[in-house]
Amino acid sequence: MKHLISVLVENKFGTLNRVASMFSARGFNLQSISIGETEDPEISRMTIVTRGDDQIVSQVLKQLNRLIDTIKVTDLTHQPHVERELLLMTLKLSKATQHEIFELINVFKGKVVDIKQKSITIEVIGSPDKINTTIDIFRPYGIRELARSGAVAIHRGE
Amino acid sequence: MHTTAQKLNGSEIFFECLRREKVDTIFGYPGGALLKVYETLYDVTDIKHILVRHEQGATHMAEGYARATGKPGVVLVTSGPGATNTVTGITNAYMDSSPMVVFTGQVPSSLIGNDAFQEADIVGITRPITKHNFLVKDVRDLATTIRKAFFLATNGRPGPVLVDMPKDILNAECDFIWPDSVDIRGFKPTITCHANQIEKAAKKIAAAKRPLLYIGGGVISSNASKELTLLAKALNIPVTMTLQGLGAFPASEPLNMGMLGMHGTYWANQAVNKCDLLIAVGARFDDRVTGKVETFAPQAYKIHNDIDPTNVDKNIKVDLPVVGDSKDFLAQLIKALPEKSENHDSWLAEIDSWRKQCPLTFTVEDDSLKTEFVISRVSEETEGNAVVVTDVGQHQMWTSQYYHFNNPRSIITSGGLGTMGYGLPAAIGAAFGVQDRPVVLFCGDGGFMMNIQEIVTAVHYKVPIKIFLLNNSFLGMVRQWQELFHQEKYSFTDLDESNPDFLKVVEAFGCKGMRAENPAQAEAAIKEALAYNEGPVFVEFRVIKKDMVFPMVPAGGSISDMLLERLNPKTMV
Repeated sequence: MKHLISVLVENKFGTLNRVASMFSARGFNLQSISIGETEDPEISRMTIVTRGDDQIVSQVLKQLNRLIDTIKVTDLTHQPHVERELLLMTLKLSKATQHEIFELINVFKGKVVDIKQKSITIEVIGSPDKINTTIDIFRPYGIRELARSGAVAIHRGE
Repeated sequence: MHTTAQKLNGSEIFFECLRREKVDTIFGYPGGALLKVYETLYDVTDIKHILVRHEQGATHMAEGYARATGKPGVVLVTSGPGATNTVTGITNAYMDSSPMVVFTGQVPSSLIGNDAFQEADIVGITRPITKHNFLVKDVRDLATTIRKAFFLATNGRPGPVLVDMPKDILNAECDFIWPDSVDIRGFKPTITCHANQIEKAAKKIAAAKRPLLYIGGGVISSNASKELTLLAKALNIPVTMTLQGLGAFPASEPLNMGMLGMHGTYWANQAVNKCDLLIAVGARFDDRVTGKVETFAPQAYKIHNDIDPTNVDKNIKVDLPVVGDSKDFLAQLIKALPEKSENHDSWLAEIDSWRKQCPLTFTVEDDSLKTEFVISRVSEETEGNAVVVTDVGQHQMWTSQYYHFNNPRSIITSGGLGTMGYGLPAAIGAAFGVQDRPVVLFCGDGGFMMNIQEIVTAVHYKVPIKIFLLNNSFLGMVRQWQELFHQEKYSFTDLDESNPDFLKVVEAFGCKGMRAENPAQAEAAIKEALAYNEGPVFVEFRVIKKDMVFPMVPAGGSISDMLLERLNPKTMV
C-alpha cells in the first residue's frame, strides 16, 4: 500500500542524493519526493511517497533512519496529517471550450495564473488524489504542459 | 570546551587529528593533490606510513589491520585514480562492517566540477558504499570532520567513512581546534538492549529443549567472546558461527559446531534444521547462511540480536528482535537467566550422531597434495592460535572447515563482498597490528595475482607473514560450480597455461620462497615457514585440480538438502 513518510534531514549538499540513491540501491519504490527548508535553516523536510507491503515499508523506514544525515523519520500514513500537492497546468484555450474550462477551474477551486489567447495556465492545490482527478477531467481539453510538486505533508496540530 | 588554539595548515591539522585519534599506522600512496600532506609527513616520526604499491592494497591492509586489532584502519590516497582505486576495498569494508577511515586528496576547490586533471567525484562515487562521507569545504571544518569520521567509523555498526580533502584546504591555515566531543544528531545507535526483550529472551532460552546459538561477526567486533563462552557453557547450548564469527567461540570446546550455511558442517546445518530455539547474535541471515529462507530453521522460535535495526526482519522474519550491542545482549542475558534450565543432553547427543554420520574428512596420498591437508597441518602446528587471513574461493571455505580457530579476531576474510585479491594485502595489514601471533595467509593462485604487487610492500617492511599459496592452476570454486551445475564446461577457469612461475616471481620481489608437491615436502615447508621471522615467506603448494569443497548446499537450496559428495549428487539428507 501507499505510505507517506516525512523525514527531517540535515540541510546539506548531497542529502537528497543519499536518500534517493538508497531507494534505488535497495530497489524501493519512490513515487514522489519533495524537499524544502524548515523553520530551522539547518534542517530540511522531505516528504516521500512510497509503495510496499509492511515488511518493505518497515525496511524503508529503518534504512532512512540509518542514514547519518536523517534526523527524524515519521510514517504519517496512519497518523492525523494534512497532505497537499501543487499542480501547474497549461491547457489549450478556444472560444468553444473557455466557458467550460472556467467553470471547472471553479469546481476544483483552482486559480488562473496566466492566460494568453490560445492557452491558460492554472494552479490547483489538493491531495494527490484530487490532483489526479483534476488532470483526468481536464485532459479532454488538451493539456499542453503539466508540472506536479509531489506531495508535501505535515502532522495535524494538537 | 576547546583545547588551546594554534595556527596550523590543513596538512598539519590532518596529522594532529590522527594523533588525537591515537592512529599509529596509515596505509597510503602519494600524489599531486596530497603533495602538501606528504611534505608534512616527511618530518612526522610518531605515525608510521606504510607505502603500498596500489591503492586497493592500502584499503585491504587497513581493513586487515582493523579486523586484527579492533582499531580503525586508516588510508591516505590522492585524488582521481588514487581515490577510485579504493572503491573495491571500501565496499569490502562496508559489507563486512570493518571500521576504516579513508582520506582522499581532491583537486583544489575552485576546480571541482571542471573535469580537472585527476578529478573524480569520489564523494558521489562512494556514497552507497560508505557508512558516511564528507567533502571538506573549509579548513576550519577539517578537525571536526576528521573527529566525526572516526566516531562514525567505530561507533554503532562499524564501517568505512571517507573524507575528501581538496588541495587548497590542505594548504590553508587556521587555528587548530580539536572538539572535545562529537554530537551527530542523526546518529544515535542503540547500544543497550531493552530489558523487556532480554527478559523474554531469557524465558525462551530457559524453556528451550533444542536451543542453538548462531553467532556472527558482531560478536567479534563487540569483543563479546568471553560473554558468549560463559553463556554457552553455563547452559550447555551448542554454538555455530558464520564465516566472520569463527573464533568467537573456541574450536577446542565440545559445544563448538563449526560454521553453518553453504559450506558449513553437516551437523551444524542439521541442528539449524531441527532446533526449537535459534539465538542469532550479531549475524545477519545472509543468503550464504540461510539458503532458501522459507525452509531455514523451520521449527525454531527465532531471537535476533543486532546493533543495526535494518538487519532485523530484512532477510528473515524473526519472533523476538533485540536491537543493541552484542556484548551488552550477552552480558544482560547471563544476568537474566533463571537458575534452572532444560537439560540439553539428548539434543547434544543427537548433534553428535550427525557429526559421526558425516564428519569432515579428506584422504591423503603420498604423491599428491590437497589444500585440506595443508590447512589442517597449519592448524595443528599453530594450535589454532594464528591470525589466519584468506583470499576468496575454495581455500577460504576449507579454511573455515579445517582451521580450528581458538581465538576471536583470528579469521580475516572477505565474507560479504567476496573480493579476490583481498588476502595478501589484508595479511600485511594484520601483521602491522599483531605482533604476538603468527599471521598466516591462505591464498589461491587466481586471487594471488590480483594484488601480487604488495609482496614488495611486505618485503620492504620485512613483514613476517606466511604466504601459503594453494596453487591448483584453476579458479577452483568457479570450476567446482562448472563441474556440478554447468555441464563441466570449464570456461576460462583453467590457468595452467598462463600462470607464471610463482616462486620466481616472489623471489624477484625479494621474498623467500619454497615449493611443495607432496605431503612430506609440505610438512617440512610449513615448519620452516612458521619458524622464519625475518620477513615474508612464501610457500607454493602444488595442489590437485579436481578437488571440491563438500558438504555443500546448492545456491537457493534448503540447508537440509546438503550435497555430501560429488559421486552422488542426488544424495539428499
